[in-house]
Amino acid sequence: MNLVGAINDALDIKLNEDKNVIVFGQDVGVEGGVFRVTENLQKKYGKERVFDSPLAESGIVGTAIGMSVAGLRPVVEMQFSGFVYPAMNQIISHASRMRNRSRGKLETPMVIRMPYGGGINALEHHSESMEALFGHIPGLKVIAPSTPHDAKGMLISAIESNDTILYMEPKRIYRAIKQEVKEGKYTIELGKANVVSPGKDITVVTFGAMVREVQKAMVMAKELGISVELIDLRSIYPIDRETIRNSIKKTGRILTVTEGPKSFGLGAEISQIAIEEAFLYLEAPPARVSGYDIIVPLPKGEHHYMQDAYKILYEIERNVKY
Amino acid sequence: MFNEYNPINKIMFQVIDNQGKVIDSKLMPNISDERALKAYKDMLFARTADLQIVNYQRQGRIYTYPPNYGQEAISGATATIIEEKDWLVPAFREMGAMLAKGVSLKELFLLFMGYEEGNAFKNANKVLPISVPIASQLLHATGIGYEIKYNKKNELVYAFVGDGGTSEGDFHEAVNFAGVWKVPVIFIIQNNQYGISTPTRIQTASESLAIKAIAYGVKGIQVDGNDYFAMLRALEEAKKVCERGEGPILIEAVTYRKGAHTTSDDPTKYRTKEEEEAWDKKDPLRRLSQYLKDKDLWSDDQEEKIVEQYKKEVDRQFIEAENFPEYKPEDIFKYMYAEMPQELKDQEHSLMEFYRWKNEKVSQTSKK
Repeated sequence: MNLVGAINDALDIKLNEDKNVIVFGQDVGVEGGVFRVTENLQKKYGKERVFDSPLAESGIVGTAIGMSVAGLRPVVEMQFSGFVYPAMNQIISHASRMRNRSRGKLETPMVIRMPYGGGINALEHHSESMEALFGHIPGLKVIAPSTPHDAKGMLISAIESNDTILYMEPKRIYRAIKQEVKEGKYTIELGKANVVSPGKDITVVTFGAMVREVQKAMVMAKELGISVELIDLRSIYPIDRETIRNSIKKTGRILTVTEGPKSFGLGAEISQIAIEEAFLYLEAPPARVSGYDIIVPLPKGEHHYMQDAYKILYEIERNVKY
Repeated sequence: MFNEYNPINKIMFQVIDNQGKVIDSKLMPNISDERALKAYKDMLFARTADLQIVNYQRQGRIYTYPPNYGQEAISGATATIIEEKDWLVPAFREMGAMLAKGVSLKELFLLFMGYEEGNAFKNANKVLPISVPIASQLLHATGIGYEIKYNKKNELVYAFVGDGGTSEGDFHEAVNFAGVWKVPVIFIIQNNQYGISTPTRIQTASESLAIKAIAYGVKGIQVDGNDYFAMLRALEEAKKVCERGEGPILIEAVTYRKGAHTTSDDPTKYRTKEEEEAWDKKDPLRRLSQYLKDKDLWSDDQEEKIVEQYKKEVDRQFIEAENFPEYKPEDIFKYMYAEMPQELKDQEHSLMEFYRWKNEKVSQTSKK
């Protein structure tokens, strides 16, 4: 099963078991989503539970807030993360504040799904990775799977959570990875990172589509005799400090790999965590591979922007030699 | 005209029927045979280019492309009326209007090949870049309208959006602001019946899209967008209203997207053959060509010959675009700020350092 299938499976399971779950957004009904993530769900659960909305991101998130306050569990889709900005007002001003504002009386248990990230030769606004922007919103949880197995379990957990969850889908690997995915329902605890492969020389922390790129770099690093410990964050907010701390204590080095712009990015946050949590264990400054502080270029320039295995290896080598 | 065709009356403005026959000669716009013929040829050029681009995409020579196929009369009429001094604020299905403003086909190719230069419009003034975030450009149109009014210029803004875009908050804010400020903006909704897969009836419970004008105190009209003459006449009248300082105007142009939303889309998922065939009878080019043929201004022979010419011209510009120089690493850092901050210079430098390292690494590996 690929990532698209795994997300569809998770939605299917929750729609089936909880009649409060509602799925809507642009083109998610008849068409089953532009990436076919919600394929067949309208046929199976009807137009009252899985439906196409008018073209308005703020409208989608805002009405979902109302639904969730009233007791439903909406799972809405932003067609691309680059189009979420009209909805930012609803996310920042309401979804992330409703519990606090009402002193715990009101909750907004909802999931905002959105494909993110580059490397798909897309038009403008179709390639961004703005996890830092979302992670900076108090009251919001931000998660991103990197495998079909995680995609399914994490989405089920997200739908069952009483918080508002931003669920970032790495569209670049929607269909690139296939793996056996357990049938039926299972959950993955939100906020816990996954040590994908243990190693001893350097910790590399990443998430989503970049997990695969790091794995490619690890093959090259191994030829140079460098052993990498790979951590898939899974959750951008909250960040699993404990897993990062324990890993640095073992390796003494840390590199983050993210797609978003460099300044004020996730890499900076994790570097600070490394300093706070494991300063005395560090043998080199925390390093980062990230995007640049520029608009993600259109396809003809995008390869200069993207974080490929070589860029990751370059920083691994520099850090180990430091 | 805007009284008679007040959207409350639920009548769509039409000048020619599906056979290209003039319904009422009083409704005809002020246009000579020569200009009508030129407009047809320009629409035919746009269609030829459009169909060819879809082929290039299938050959893997261009990335995702949103076709104009079936909607050419709306841009065609805009192309006839828009002047050098006027502004064009496009969405992304206005090829004919963009070409009329001096945007080159090559530039459009560059954009959909993945070069930012495709939005630079070197020889076209007063054209905003293609706007991907739906309806967001309309507020810019209203702002431009304010500048025109402020400086007492005799200019107009032609601003485009699709049916789906009328659901976005920005659409409502733009028309509302324009109504309050009374600025010379002509908003043109290309209602091609679908926002990707979503039919217009799911976008709105309104009787029409034109009727939304009423609530903002703005004059509106629903026009057969596949009727070149109707579009042109409506634009002529809208222009007069704006020139009297009584703008803005909201035009709903009723049309049909004969192609896919983009080359990544498959319309068979959400619409029927019967529906497509019914709309095919209203094809804007066929209606105009029939009108011209009835007046002995055009023939199938001429059409065949000119399409061959057009195909060559399209190919020529496409190949020119294909030969556009590749981006160097430093190119991606350009145009971010009036002056590049040191931080960005440092980031550019680090990319260069990386490439130096990579080249050595790769040559070492190949030596082994």
